Formats: sequence, structure tokens, C-alpha cells
Amino acid sequence: MWEALDDFYWTYQSLIHAIGVNGILALSVYVVLAVGQLSLGQAAFMGVGAYTGALLTVKFGVPFGVSMVAAALVPALLALVVGGPTLRLTGVYLAIATIGLGEITRIVFLNWDYAGGALGLSSIPERGGVAAIYGTLAVLLVGLTLVARSRVGRAMEAMREDEAAAGVMGVNLPRYRLVALVVSSAMAGVAGCLSAHVSSFIGPNEYGFEAAVTILSYALLGGIGSPLAPVLGSTILTLLPEVLRPLADFRLMVNGLIIVLAVLFMPRGILPWRIARTG
Amino acid sequence: MLEQQLVNGVVLGATYALFAIGFTLMFGVMGVINLTYGVYFALGAFAALWSTQGLDLPIWAALPVGALIAGLIAVVLDTLLLTRLRKAKAPELSSLMVTLGATLFLYAGMAAALGTEIRRFPAAVFSGGAYSLGDVRVGTTQLLILGAAIVLMLALLALVRGSRIGLAIRAVAENPDAASLMGINGALMLRVVSFLSGAIGGAAGVLVGLNFNAIQPFMGEHMMLRGFAVIIVGGLGDLRGALLAGLILGLAEVLTAAYLSSTLKDMIAFALLVATLWFRPLGLFGRAAAKRA
Repeated sequence: MWEALDDFYWTYQSLIHAIGVNGILALSVYVVLAVGQLSLGQAAFMGVGAYTGALLTVKFGVPFGVSMVAAALVPALLALVVGGPTLRLTGVYLAIATIGLGEITRIVFLNWDYAGGALGLSSIPERGGVAAIYGTLAVLLVGLTLVARSRVGRAMEAMREDEAAAGVMGVNLPRYRLVALVVSSAMAGVAGCLSAHVSSFIGPNEYGFEAAVTILSYALLGGIGSPLAPVLGSTILTLLPEVLRPLADFRLMVNGLIIVLAVLFMPRGILPWRIARTG
Repeated sequence: MLEQQLVNGVVLGATYALFAIGFTLMFGVMGVINLTYGVYFALGAFAALWSTQGLDLPIWAALPVGALIAGLIAVVLDTLLLTRLRKAKAPELSSLMVTLGATLFLYAGMAAALGTEIRRFPAAVFSGGAYSLGDVRVGTTQLLILGAAIVLMLALLALVRGSRIGLAIRAVAENPDAASLMGINGALMLRVVSFLSGAIGGAAGVLVGLNFNAIQPFMGEHMMLRGFAVIIVGGLGDLRGALLAGLILGLAEVLTAAYLSSTLKDMIAFALLVATLWFRPLGLFGRAAAKRA
């Protein structure tokens, strides 16, 4: 029994890692979408986290825990800088600014010789693994579910449904938006750090526009009614190319099509039920 | 040499301005950041390439063919993607995400169908050399680019500012419901605008493809960052702003590449974008009518 499980684990190791990491990424974009904003910078924040964590581990040999904390803090700081001006404006500006951010971080990593330049960083020591990934995912799921069930969750849903009305009812819109963006980028950074330490390689082109759109498609497929929904969406989209081998080459087309169909025909995703509230 | 760099900067800036004008027209009238715009850019270039290679057309004929095909595809895509959302009066974020998904789909599809290798116009397209004015050399291609960009921009401005169709378009942009009460066919005007923007984007693709003599499916993606910077700096939806901001960006990039570093050149667009969002969020010509939260 254990042997069979062991075999299964070794065969599908990278897939198991990917499902967990993508689940965390789906939650990170959920946090922004849940307040009615759109960030296309999740891949960039993930890249910044991955590079921060990997550089600390490889170049300075710091403990994994410290790398993880730094991988959360640096993207969060970046989000503060980018998010600042967009607080005064509507969602389109945030989307555009974060697309630009993605491109700029790619260029920085591409030209930063210390971090490997175009070749990327390889032979990052394996740390954490399944326990760290799924532990983080579980903590985030529980934490976000508690938040969604609280007064804060009610305020977030109000913002998403009608921003003006939520503002009139006393929801501090700019603060919610900024906190959501900062928290979500910290989560994306952690996901990047975890994935860097299981795949042992990171490169500048892994965190581009396509990655950002793929992350968005997780949340759109699953829906944002509850934190579980985006994780379900990311699991399906990560498994889909594996289960349907012939689809693998058309992964990006499938992701794109799913976004289009989800917005047009399933605006609430495949798990549309909203979470019950206590506060 | 400064004069030469200024000439190069103006030529580059003209293509940026042309690209951004179609993009900002789309936003100004429909209120949607349509990300499929980058696709029209590549489609126009491929259509022109096909007409020079397959049909042996000269470049001055291939340019309109590229624009026409890109414009028609823009109308089809707009109808497929956005009609339903417009009817439901969906928030702008939904429209943005639909065009985002479509863009991913189209890029991946184009890469699969056309291949990702860089293609070039046949050598015959580039007949004619360069003119010298003192120390400054100006290529025929550069003159063609500048001339075409200026003609197209003036034609578009004249159409929007000085014709009945332009008046109807502006009315729809201002208030679709009121416009339809005045007997304006709003759906038709949106098609006209889609076609115009797509055609402008396609023409810009042909000209940029000529300028660098490199065409590939993702060329629009690279351009979109510039497009965003230009329309934000100029003020969302403002044609004059896009014109000016395009020139500013073109000059800034060429001068940075010449005197500072080519790495920094790629970051100029983003720096301008963020600086504008920080200090003048409505852009150079932004009107107070822009929605504030």
C-alpha cells in the first residue's frame, strides 16, 4: 500500500507540487478580485518572490523560513509602491499598471547578471516540498474562509457588487483595495518561493503576461464566491493538460477560451455558492 | 549625433502615436480597454506580408490591405466578445477580462498557425535608398512611415472632429442612450469605430513591421506596453494626447538608448506610466469627466 503510494508520488511529484502552488496563486488573485479589482501582476509578484527566496537561499544560505518571509515581504513592498497611485482610480488603471509591472520585472530579471540574467538561476536546493506547499495552502484557505465569513468579508462583497454603495455605507474603499493588493502579492511571492524550491530552477520568462493570465483563469473558472472555488479552478486547469494529453499543446488557447466563456456565460464560476456569514 | 537621434525618435514616436490613436479611440467611444488591439497589429502586418509575397503588391498597396483585413477582424471580434456584455451593461472589468482571454487564445492560435519565427518583407519592398540632409540620413522607409502615420492621423482626426459620422461617434461616446434617442444607430457607430481602430492598429503593424523588418505573432504584445503608457500619459480616450505622448515616448526611448543604455530604454514606457499615475492620473489632456472612485 505505502509502496504504491510512494510510486505514485514519485511519478507525479511535479504535478502534485504544481497543484498546490497554483492553488496558492489562485487564492492570491482571489483576494484582489474579491474587492472588485483586477491585478495582472500576480505572475510578477510571484517572480519577485521566487527570485528573492532563491537568491537568499543560493547566495546567502539563509534558512528556508527566512527566505519565505522575505519572499512575502519584498513583493508586498512592491505592491505598496505600484498600488499607491491606483487607489485613487478605478480598476482599469490597476490592471494596466500591473501589466506594465509584469513586463518591467521580466526585463529586470533578464538583465540582472547577479541573478543569472537570461539563463535564470538553477540548482536551487530543494526545501519544503509537499508539506510546506500544502501546509501554506491549508492555512491560507482556513484564514481566507474566516475572513470571508466575517464583517470584512461582507465589506469585500459589498465593494465587489457596488463600489459606490459600499463607500456610502462606510466601507473604507482605498484601504481595502490597498490591503487586498498587498496581501495578494505577498501570497503570490510565497507561492513563487515555494515553487522555486521544489523545481530548483527559475528563469525570467516564467513570470510573464501568459503566466499572469493563466493565474487569472484559475479564479475565473472556479468563481470567487468562496476561497475554495478558485482552488478548485486551479486544480482543474492544472490537471486538464495532464488528463487530456492532446490538449497540452493548446494549454494557453484553452485557458484563454475558458476566460472568455466564463465571463460571458458563467460569471460566477463553477462553484457559484456564496459563503455563509457569521459577522 | 543628436540630430540623427531626433529624426529616429520622431519616426519611432510616429508609429507609437499611430498605434495608440486606434487604441485610445476604442477606449474613448466604447469605454473598454480592448486588449485584442495588439492582435490587430500583428494581423495587419501578416496580411501586408502575404499581399506583398503572395499577390506581389507594392508596399503602398499592401498597407491598405493590411489595415482593411485588421479592421474587418476587429469588427468580428468586437461583435463576438462585447455585444453580450454591452447589452447586460456589465462592468468594465468584465469586458477587460473577456478581451484578455480572447487575446491569449488568439496569440496562442496565431503562434500555432503561423509559427513563431521572425518573417521579413521581400527585399523588393525596400527599393530606394536614403536621403542625406547635412549629416542626417533619412531612409525611404522612414519617410514612408512618417508620411503614412501623419496622413492616417490627420484623416482620423478630420473624420472624428469634422464629419457627421464623427459627430455621431462622439455622441455615442458621450451618452449611448441619449444618442440613440436622437436617431443615431449606436450599434452601427460601434462597428465603424471597431473597424477604424482595427484598421489603424493594422496599419501601425505594417509600418512597424517595415521599420524593424521583422514580423511575428507576438509583435503586438511587445507594443501593448507602449500603447498603455501612451494612452495613460496622453489621457485615456484623448486623440491629441495620444499623438503627443507617442512622440514623447518615441523620442525618450531613442535618446535613452543612444545616451544611457538600451536596457533602460525598455523601462521608459513603464516609468512614464507610473509617473503619470502618481502625479497626473488623468494624463496630459485628461478631463475631469474621467471616473474617479
